[in-house]
Amino acid sequence: MSSSEPKQALIEVRDVTMAYGTNVIQSNLTFNIYQGDIFVIMGGSGCGKSTLLKHMLGLITPDVGDILYSGTSFYSASKARRDSMRQRWGITYQSGGLFSAMTLEENITLPLELYTEYTKAEIKDVVAYKLALVGLAGYQAYYPSEISGGMRKRAALARAIALDPEILFFDEPSAGLDPISSSLLDDLIVQIKESMGATVVMVTHELPSIFAIANNSVYLDNISRTMIEYGNPAQLRDHSQKAVVRQFLSRSATADEDSA
Amino acid sequence: MGESQGESLLALSGAWAQGHNPEPFKTIASRLISNPPHALTIDGTEITHWDSLLMAFLLQCHDFCRTQGIAFDTRQLPQGTVELLDVATAVKAHEEPEETPTPWLSTLDPANLLRKASSGTRDSLAFIGEVTIAMGRLVTGRANTRLRDFAAFCYQTGPNAFGIISLTSILVGMILAYLGAVQLRQFGAEIYVADLVVIGTLREMGVLMTAVVMAGRTGAAYAAQLGTMQTNEEIDAISTMGISPIEFLVLPRMLALIIIMPLLTVYADLLGIVGGGIVAGGMGISPPQYITQGMAALSITQIAVGLIKAVVFAALIAIAGCRAGINSGRSSAAVGQAATTAVVTSVVYLIVADAAINIVFQQLGI
Repeated sequence: MSSSEPKQALIEVRDVTMAYGTNVIQSNLTFNIYQGDIFVIMGGSGCGKSTLLKHMLGLITPDVGDILYSGTSFYSASKARRDSMRQRWGITYQSGGLFSAMTLEENITLPLELYTEYTKAEIKDVVAYKLALVGLAGYQAYYPSEISGGMRKRAALARAIALDPEILFFDEPSAGLDPISSSLLDDLIVQIKESMGATVVMVTHELPSIFAIANNSVYLDNISRTMIEYGNPAQLRDHSQKAVVRQFLSRSATADEDSA
Repeated sequence: MGESQGESLLALSGAWAQGHNPEPFKTIASRLISNPPHALTIDGTEITHWDSLLMAFLLQCHDFCRTQGIAFDTRQLPQGTVELLDVATAVKAHEEPEETPTPWLSTLDPANLLRKASSGTRDSLAFIGEVTIAMGRLVTGRANTRLRDFAAFCYQTGPNAFGIISLTSILVGMILAYLGAVQLRQFGAEIYVADLVVIGTLREMGVLMTAVVMAGRTGAAYAAQLGTMQTNEEIDAISTMGISPIEFLVLPRMLALIIIMPLLTVYADLLGIVGGGIVAGGMGISPPQYITQGMAALSITQIAVGLIKAVVFAALIAIAGCRAGINSGRSSAAVGQAATTAVVTSVVYLIVADAAINIVFQQLGI
């Protein structure tokens, strides 16, 4: 099931139950994400993938359970400790989450101003470098509303990697992109991840992305409202015991051969 | 409709399309209920042409038969309809989980209303508490509040509002003067119109009108801005950067309003008094008379009362607007709702606060 050599779990999701009021979305989620993984949270529409990500990001407190980063519980940590944990994350949101009232340069400058000791001139250079990394060199003065959807996703990535994070979170990075932009974004994510040695946690149901880059995954089920599979997506497609997981990963509406 | 041994045959004929008014399913259903068959077969041999009306009819037949436990079959239906019916019936219709209906009277249950009101008050107080803590951090220089944002909001709030504030304050000054002149004339005391306008404008109308304009203009804008940021996941992005949305988004807006409101109030007071003077001139009070009489009524206390109110009102408008925006849902409809909430809440806050401040000042003899 899990990766071959024993590694220190970077993120441990322990027995998490998520609910809006009395409406339980997912329960008993327990899985580990290891250093260097490209980890995918998958499942049908509306099963709570993005909600799980928001729990991992500390935006919503789980009803039951805990989430640990390098062995430290996020939810019982002090505010200062949480802030320092957050500085090691880079996040892109489903809608990008860029500050619409700021130019791309100001967007990327903000975390650098807050958490680094770079001088103003150094920040300017670093921002130019981050934009160049995502192929947006020269777009400093543009507002998010002035560039295309694909460019916004890349700009959001540039802001996410501003602080050279250890963990990169993506909420549906390639949703709404054409196949070429989408695969370019995948390549970009892999390149940046490899060169920075980061761990990637991604919510997506784009199968090409999943098979192209993910090495580990969890599948959240809509019906039983819990995780039903955990492992390498390509192996799950061929060998999962659960028909619905095989269907999902082979993009078919009907169960294949001997499934129950 | 033919029948044999509890099996019904329903033969459809003619045009099943718009403009031809085929028989609706309801009439057939009532006949089926009064004399339920085991099985129903629909024969479409005679159908000449059809559109979605036929499909809607077939779907109703199908669903009716399923709920009544009648075997449903078709024969000779036009090409394509059977396939469409299969697609339409592939996924079972969604059924709402049964809920015990709440009688409308219970929505007036005082206990419920009280609970709602108290949780609303608790949320408001919690928000005000967070803002206060953030203020404390700002004063001690630890808050993530950007001076640039503050300046931008000052500009949006102040200079851009001059036009509308000028118009409303001159008119309100004139209204005050008319109202007073008509009453005071009965006693031959028209000259006191000047006192009425000066005191009325400084203590009450100048600041209140400015506040109402600010609630509609700035409070609603704050709610819409923050609501859109919520929809756009910008507030999530701020939180996960370890920045407090209160310090980063609410404080600059609130401080801008608190700084600008007293200035706008002074401006509104001036124009209100000028407006009153215009009407007084028409009533036979010469400008020098109006000015002399007005100066006598003018005192630093009257101005201070207005300015204190301006600061309190500004804080209330900003709190109502920002809170509505931060708590907004994540859809465009929710943003509109947030703007409405902001205006309604701030106007209520204004009236209540004004009354409370007046009572306190009266008790203190100010």
